Amino acid sequence: MNSTDTSRTKDKAFRILGISTTVGCVLILAVFIGFIIYQGMERLSWEFLVSLPSRFAEQSGIYTAWIGTLWVLVLTTLISFPLGVGAGIYLEEYGKKNKLAKFLEINIANLAGVPSVIYGLLGLEAFVRIMKMGNSILAGSLTLALLILPIIIVSTREAISAVPSSIRDASNALGASKWQTIWHQILPASFGGILTGVILALSRAVGETAPLIVVGALAYVPFAPQGPMDEFTVLPIQIFNWVSRPQHEFVINAAAAIIVLLFITFLMNGIAVYLRNRWQNKMNW
Amino acid sequence: MRIKEKIIEKILAACALVTVLTTLGIILILAIEAFSFFGKVSIVEFFTSTQWTPLFTQKSYGILPLLSGTALTALIAITVALPVGIIIAVYLNEYAPRRVRKILKPLLEILAVVPTVVYGFFALMIVTPILQSFIPGLSGFNALSPGIVMGIMIIPFVSSLSEDALSSVPDSLRQASFGMGSTKFQTAFKVMVPAASSGIIVSAILAISRAIGETMIVAIAAGSQPRFTFDPMVPIQTITSYIVQVSMGDVPHGSIAYQTIFAAGITLFIFTFILNNISYWIKTRYQQKYE
Amino acid sequence: MESETKSPKATQEKTEPKMDSKSQNYKLHAKNIDVFYDDFKAINNISLGILEKSITAFIGPSGCGKSTFLRLFNRMNDYIDGFSMNGNILLDDKNIYDPDLKVEELRKTVGMVFQKPNPFPKSIYENVAYGLRIQGIKDEDFIEERVITSLKQATLFSEIEDNLDKSALSLSGGQQQRLCIARALAVKPSVLLMDEPTSALDPISSGKIEDLVHELKKDYTIVIVTHNMQQAGRVSDNTAFLYMGSLIEYGDTQKIFTNPEKDRTQNYITGRFG
Repeated sequence: MNSTDTSRTKDKAFRILGISTTVGCVLILAVFIGFIIYQGMERLSWEFLVSLPSRFAEQSGIYTAWIGTLWVLVLTTLISFPLGVGAGIYLEEYGKKNKLAKFLEINIANLAGVPSVIYGLLGLEAFVRIMKMGNSILAGSLTLALLILPIIIVSTREAISAVPSSIRDASNALGASKWQTIWHQILPASFGGILTGVILALSRAVGETAPLIVVGALAYVPFAPQGPMDEFTVLPIQIFNWVSRPQHEFVINAAAAIIVLLFITFLMNGIAVYLRNRWQNKMNW
Repeated sequence: MRIKEKIIEKILAACALVTVLTTLGIILILAIEAFSFFGKVSIVEFFTSTQWTPLFTQKSYGILPLLSGTALTALIAITVALPVGIIIAVYLNEYAPRRVRKILKPLLEILAVVPTVVYGFFALMIVTPILQSFIPGLSGFNALSPGIVMGIMIIPFVSSLSEDALSSVPDSLRQASFGMGSTKFQTAFKVMVPAASSGIIVSAILAISRAIGETMIVAIAAGSQPRFTFDPMVPIQTITSYIVQVSMGDVPHGSIAYQTIFAAGITLFIFTFILNNISYWIKTRYQQKYE
Repeated sequence: MESETKSPKATQEKTEPKMDSKSQNYKLHAKNIDVFYDDFKAINNISLGILEKSITAFIGPSGCGKSTFLRLFNRMNDYIDGFSMNGNILLDDKNIYDPDLKVEELRKTVGMVFQKPNPFPKSIYENVAYGLRIQGIKDEDFIEERVITSLKQATLFSEIEDNLDKSALSLSGGQQQRLCIARALAVKPSVLLMDEPTSALDPISSGKIEDLVHELKKDYTIVIVTHNMQQAGRVSDNTAFLYMGSLIEYGDTQKIFTNPEKDRTQNYITGRFG
């Protein structure tokens, strides 16, 4: 009797602990974001978005930073999307049985766990120095593309393996070749899932700071980049630069830039979640 | 037709091989640069000296201060993330009504998508001042605040991996426990958590690996003073934030300062590599258990 | 030479000497087939011949190897991990396991309908057109004509005439299965393999499929796997009873059902096990 009562009390206590911990975490996040908005909103203006950086906090803007981010985003997409999806297709559809596939799988799991700053060192040596790209957008984008490749590969594989095997059988039984089945059936059916994974991976790339600092993206770039071989900065680096300054005005600039960065990140995640839900509903055949 | 198929297969295989080249590239580059570093600095000094001052005139190359800084922040982070992450995982998986779960889970996921540089801002601008208000001796840069914030950042990581582990335990075990008159609490902690223990351990190891490799939070809020200490109140430096600090400056290629970041990098890489492989090994073993 | 399978007597004579397999008049001819999944022997030395434009049923308890055996005829087992086999299978006297043979070509001749209806997540029209499109056929008039004939053949056309652009997934289960049959027919196969095509359907839909199968016999050689004894009895000309990977008895359906030679067949058919 008594022991049952204690058990029930513990049960109740944990339920309260559980909900308060979970809600607590969400609240902390809300407080953080609220603080940022409170601090940064006053600086956020059209001026701020289209101004070049300056020694004076009030005249500084994030124009070069978000143009740089946009460049990096586009190039990273162009590089990582075909590579990642191609590798995902290969692992899921072609190399399933052999030892090589097993090795590739472990290798990809490992790469996913390599700290991003290490990718920066790879990019610094391989792209900036050996391939002589300099501290360019291209070098930075290649580095980020390699960084998010494992995420794209894994989500491509998941999306492909969610396609029911009956579809594959039906296509094969009609005399379709392997690639015809992949191209006409598997990819269209899994595209929503693949796209979701790619967008999530890219949203991570947008927020990356350390690897780009290591490959030599600059904290101060006087002009917006014109092409892939130009020097550049990105939003997170601009934020890092401003946070590190002692003057309060620059901290406010950082907060304002964070609002923009969070907006981009949340927007991309929102799109990804929307696509995933739509795709999952469609997949119920 | 057949030739086309073969060509396509080769192209796809080439895409997959890029991942191998990446790994090879990382290992080779780190190893070569670190090798020439160790040509100039004795490996004994590297692992035993407690001074790390490659950028000063009085040069000393002991990695221990960076290791202690890395270990300290990671330890603080994991102390926050592990219990909280597991409580959340158990709550969401065993207690929460489906509706509550459906709302809370995506909200928690937001924690994981916020860029790390933003967390650095939180640590420096919010958490440190709050902590200073009741820890008088706390310095403006310290290990405690970025450690805690890093912990908050990896909570969703721990909770979602642990939740996966819990939900892969067959429902029959839960039913059996309920059938014997257990409460949810007893079922959760006497049956489900032990049954999912290997998955939860995996989540803990991966979380440690994440914390070790985390860069921006410490680069912003922990200061940049390599110090062989486990005192969370004073400024320190981690391996990652050292690499960032050097990269921000203008260090000529081939100089010994340039090579230090690769020596530091390979140390970091080895630690995370070992942790990741341990977790992978546990994971593959444990998957076989329930399938 | 003797494709007139109408008289039960003829088929009986035809199928009697199946084990020594010397006749050349079979549409499909399996010779000394063993199938292994890794170390497990799924099919044990089966030989049998299938006559053109007949309906042959494979029956037997679950796991007896009847589906595995069926899938040998269009090489669908090739994709299964650990699959290996001995013996060969002749289609019109040509070995379909010949390394030079293109498996895609084989499957255009040997169509297949699966246990569960598996339409592609595309429109009704595109489902049927798919087999033609992957052959590189671009002539839209030709495709349309073929789609409509196939849908008519599969007795589906009248029901969906105005909705060819609707998603195939919106059809009922029975309609989906007839769509899958139409899809298989569109590439003009000469053999149709059916792997328990009605097991996921309600009795009325099953009845429609059975009628359709009967109709198709005029033009196609049909091999059907079923666990439904009555169905085998109703639709097939010849029946093969498989048990634990071996062919126990093969012959005229009527004879198998009324007067089987083997006790085991008798026991299975009367429902004593299975």
